[in-house]
Amino acid sequence: MAEQPLIFARGLVKRFGDFTAVDGIDLSVAPGEAFGFLGPNGAGKSSTMRMIGCVSLPTAGELRILGMDPARQGPAIRARLGVCPQLDNLDPDLTVEENLITYARYFGMPRGLARRRAAELLEFVRLADRAGGKVEPLSGGMKRRLTIARALVNEPDIVLLDEPTTGLDPQARHLLWERLFQLKRRGVTLVLTTHYMDEAEQLCDRLVVMDGGRIVAQGSPRALIAEHSTPEVVELRYGQESPAEVAVKLAGVGRRVDALPDRVLVYAEDGDAAAAQAHERGPAPASVLVRRSTLEDVFLHLTGRTLVD
Amino acid sequence: MAAVGDARGARPVSPASTLAVLERALTVYRRVWRGSVFSGFLFPVMFLVAFGIGVGGRVGQVGGVDYLAWIVPGVLAATAFQTAVGECAFPVFGDFRWTRAYHAMRATPVRVGDMVAGWLLYIVVRVEIATAAFLLVSALFGALRSPWAPLTPLVCALVALAAAAPMMGVAARVEHDGWFALVFRFVVIPSTLFGGVFFPVERLPAVVRPLAWLSPLWHGAELNRAATLGGVPPWPVAAHLGVLVAFAAAGAVLAWRCFSRRLED
Ligand SMILES: Nc1ncnc2c1ncn2[C@@H]1O[C@H](COP(=O)(O)OP(=O)(O)OP(=O)(O)O)[C@@H](O)[C@H]1O
Ligand SMILES: [Mg+2]
Repeated sequence: MAEQPLIFARGLVKRFGDFTAVDGIDLSVAPGEAFGFLGPNGAGKSSTMRMIGCVSLPTAGELRILGMDPARQGPAIRARLGVCPQLDNLDPDLTVEENLITYARYFGMPRGLARRRAAELLEFVRLADRAGGKVEPLSGGMKRRLTIARALVNEPDIVLLDEPTTGLDPQARHLLWERLFQLKRRGVTLVLTTHYMDEAEQLCDRLVVMDGGRIVAQGSPRALIAEHSTPEVVELRYGQESPAEVAVKLAGVGRRVDALPDRVLVYAEDGDAAAAQAHERGPAPASVLVRRSTLEDVFLHLTGRTLVD
Repeated sequence: MAAVGDARGARPVSPASTLAVLERALTVYRRVWRGSVFSGFLFPVMFLVAFGIGVGGRVGQVGGVDYLAWIVPGVLAATAFQTAVGECAFPVFGDFRWTRAYHAMRATPVRVGDMVAGWLLYIVVRVEIATAAFLLVSALFGALRSPWAPLTPLVCALVALAAAAPMMGVAARVEHDGWFALVFRFVVIPSTLFGGVFFPVERLPAVVRPLAWLSPLWHGAELNRAATLGGVPPWPVAAHLGVLVAFAAAGAVLAWRCFSRRLED
């Protein structure tokens, strides 16, 4: 028999007044999986995460976390979750270390153990040297790391990370990714949201693309690209001509041609060949870039919009 | 309306989580306690000096005792009352709006009931520290005249709960901190001035006397006075206690509701 999913949702809906933020989604996350939500602002990612985190009750539909019902067993479920919310809510009145110890106590951890765990986690996110300091002077990336450390304090079965790396510099992002990889190797189930397709590709075994409260595609990053895009993409920029006009002339080149406000995208099996063809048919481009297809292209194809707007 | 994810009929509080909430409050307090000594201790002492010795010298006796001994139990209750209201205004409001500490707790097994109970315990700790110091000074002033005086910390704890619980509800409910100025102006100050702290409510016109009865402070002041002076309070002791307990219980339910409402979405 297949293992029971840790997170299971069917027809999950969240409404705020008349507004439907999450519009009937189905989910199933297996133990040990790294699962991602990808989508633009307002897609309903955080609303979904908050329902999974049992801090927001579904308006309709079925939701089971760790086999339990969030409406009736909230505290028991939350005891086994680690949550990194989109907005940091570290306690500014406490030191870095006290933030972790206090939080561990909310999970009923004995003091001594909480202290040891806090020290371990501060090592893990490389904040040990700030242990006795205040939270406020930490940089954005340090606060994010502390929030993630806090989410791990109870050794959770599922870690929910809502945009864990937004606002971080590349170095801090890579450190975080590396830490999340370590968790994954230990068998922790990760659920994360992101605007960054590279993050989704790096971290997620499987992901769903959300738009307007619905799931518009799902699968592994590779499968999504294979299904909804071509192996390669040519990005063409022009001097005078508008991308829309050029796109008309390029019709038939590669598998598909899309005009963006600042460039034309040609989707093709063979990027170099398509670039040469575009050169023949259209005006001379100011710049040409041949690259692999990414989730961004998948998203653009599915929704007609870019991910980061 | 149920708190998010709390089973209907499940225990509203768990002792371990409540203690964790109390611990957090005390950890924060440990850093600022020096400042609070001023309001919790020095302030009432200045009151005693000014009113008891300064004013008392002219007033002479009230109810058969000197004025200082008469106001000590009242000021004791007023200290508990003001500390409780003050600590449940901005600090609670801020933990929803600024620090979002309650939102952080909500993502853990801590329940709304634990948040309310933990903070109420903290208030009791704060009030007891202030009360103990104040009692000591009063004893030095020779203002404690009855062997029942050691009961006053219990009365003060009840006054604190009766004031803190509803105030927590208000702090969780209001959208703007401007409301707190109104609470101080129309509840705390009138209670302190007319709630039997500085003069017997019998001196008030009969029509407004019932207003004093509505304040937990008056009941606390009268119970404390009976304890420090050895007299009999105006109402039966059980009635005074009952009013305080009713305020605390109704306030706790209100606080629980307002917290749940603020945290749900
Ligand atoms: N508490 C709330 N009350 C009313 N509307 C809300 C609330 N929370 C979210 N919404 C609305 O629901 C929609 C989805 O919001 P959500 O935060 O889930 O999006 P998101 O995918 O996380 O976006 P972002 O990438 O910007 O974080 C938005 O239109 C938002 O305005
Ligand atoms: Mg979001």
